[in-house]
Amino acid sequence: MNTDQIRQVIMKILSRIAPDNDLTGLKDEVPFREQMELDSMDFLDIVMELRKLYRVQIPEEDYGFLSTMASTVQYLIPKLQTATA
Amino acid sequence: MYDTIIIGAGLSGLAAGIRLAYYERPVCIVEKHTTIGGLNSFYRLRKRDHDVGLHAVTNYAKPGTKTGPLSKLLRQLRLRWEDFDLTPQCGSSVAFPGVTLRFTNEFALFEQQVAEHFPSQIDGFRRLVAQIQQHDELNLANRESSAREIVSRAITDPLLVDMIFCPLMFYGSPTAHDMDFTQFVIMFKAIFLEGFARPHEGVRLIMRKVVQQYRKFGGELRLRSGVKRILSNNGKVSGVELESGETLEAKHVVSSAGSAETMRLCDIAPPEQEPYQPGAISFVETIFSLDCMPLDLGHNETIIFYNDNERFVYDAPAEPIDLRSGIICSPNNFQYATPLDEGRVRITALANPNYWMNLPQDEYIAEKDAWTKRIVESALRFMPDFRSHVIDTDAFTPRTITKFTSHLNGAVYGAPHKIRTGTTHLENLFLCGTDQGFLGIIGSMLSGITIANLHLLKAPSSN
Repeated sequence: MNTDQIRQVIMKILSRIAPDNDLTGLKDEVPFREQMELDSMDFLDIVMELRKLYRVQIPEEDYGFLSTMASTVQYLIPKLQTATA
Repeated sequence: MYDTIIIGAGLSGLAAGIRLAYYERPVCIVEKHTTIGGLNSFYRLRKRDHDVGLHAVTNYAKPGTKTGPLSKLLRQLRLRWEDFDLTPQCGSSVAFPGVTLRFTNEFALFEQQVAEHFPSQIDGFRRLVAQIQQHDELNLANRESSAREIVSRAITDPLLVDMIFCPLMFYGSPTAHDMDFTQFVIMFKAIFLEGFARPHEGVRLIMRKVVQQYRKFGGELRLRSGVKRILSNNGKVSGVELESGETLEAKHVVSSAGSAETMRLCDIAPPEQEPYQPGAISFVETIFSLDCMPLDLGHNETIIFYNDNERFVYDAPAEPIDLRSGIICSPNNFQYATPLDEGRVRITALANPNYWMNLPQDEYIAEKDAWTKRIVESALRFMPDFRSHVIDTDAFTPRTITKFTSHLNGAVYGAPHKIRTGTTHLENLFLCGTDQGFLGIIGSMLSGITIANLHLLKAPSSN
């Protein structure tokens, strides 16, 4: 998967977790927490959805990398390199 | 071999089950009773549908609200706002000698009522509300502290203190006289800051949506499957033995049976001391079907919390029932688009669990009838006389609650000491539900979600 595809995957997961949020205009560099009302339960869901969809394991100490869209995509590039969108 | 076996198909067990099933964990819920529901159940009697437990769903929020417990749990369970069909209340009150405080789902009214009836207390009241709003009640590391002490620092009039505590205790205190402050905050937000709602169809709708979701994600549900024993060796659970003798193996067990009740299933003698002491607060509830709507009699309130004793006493009474205080609920008085088919009044009062547990069967029925009449007489001081309109009556007691839920003493709010982290002496046995500490319809589901997330989903699946 390339950067764009990974971004699409995250968008899909976010819309599943927070269906009432309008995701158009989501800024890649601003923390999700500031743009959407996400809490720790929602972050766990991002991790769990990635595990469910692509069998990616994300250890708890790495959750910090998931704060913005940009950092999440960056973090996932090596993990999703061989995955197909 | 299951990843997880969940004991009890109440809202907490089903919510935990949805989380696990959604993330593809092989999960099985085992339920002793012939139907789902647990402490928030329903039944049919003489062609009438009744709710048990639920007077109202607390924690109401308007559709589309992004924060708060209700939106959190809908997101976690992948449910939509429409699924629960929550219709807001008409208005409720706390009625004490000489003063009545009204409240709705708009908190401003309650604040205004306090200012009007207790002008010297309003500044303290506002300080207390600010403190409540800042308190993170979902933090599992909160220490237990006395809510009465904290509230009395802000509010000096004992009447107002009692009037604030009355609905919160009636709707969720497992402890007599006082509450843990975190529990107090949960209930204050749930009742006064968020408020009441109800689906037109009652608790059935919520149960149905939740169990459908669980099944849709692949969860297995076994009714009439009481657990005889939780099997373990070397400090680890290996599964459960059912009352039928059948054994089910699992990597984890989550129990919503209650803490003392769960310890019994582990073959640990009924523990006499903390932390596994069962609760002792229970209720008798009377249900009246009417030949008219409560509104036709001039009764338009959703819920009235009443007390006419000088001080409000919340404890298991020495008498079979405490007639000084109670709760009047009319499921008709919500803002439905179409009215319910029939008028209903439910009146609930504190009961002495031992008395009702130990009555011989023939006396039990007669006593239930006699006390039902007394409860109504007591409640009539706070509502119009509806007795000539009653076409059907039912009542349940602590004994009924224990029979159908297996919760000791009919203690609907469980043990006085909550085990917030849900951990036990066995590393892969967890507690959820009433004795984990999040109460009410919304709280119980959040409890199941929290325990599933924290102990089962965060850990990488070993499948």
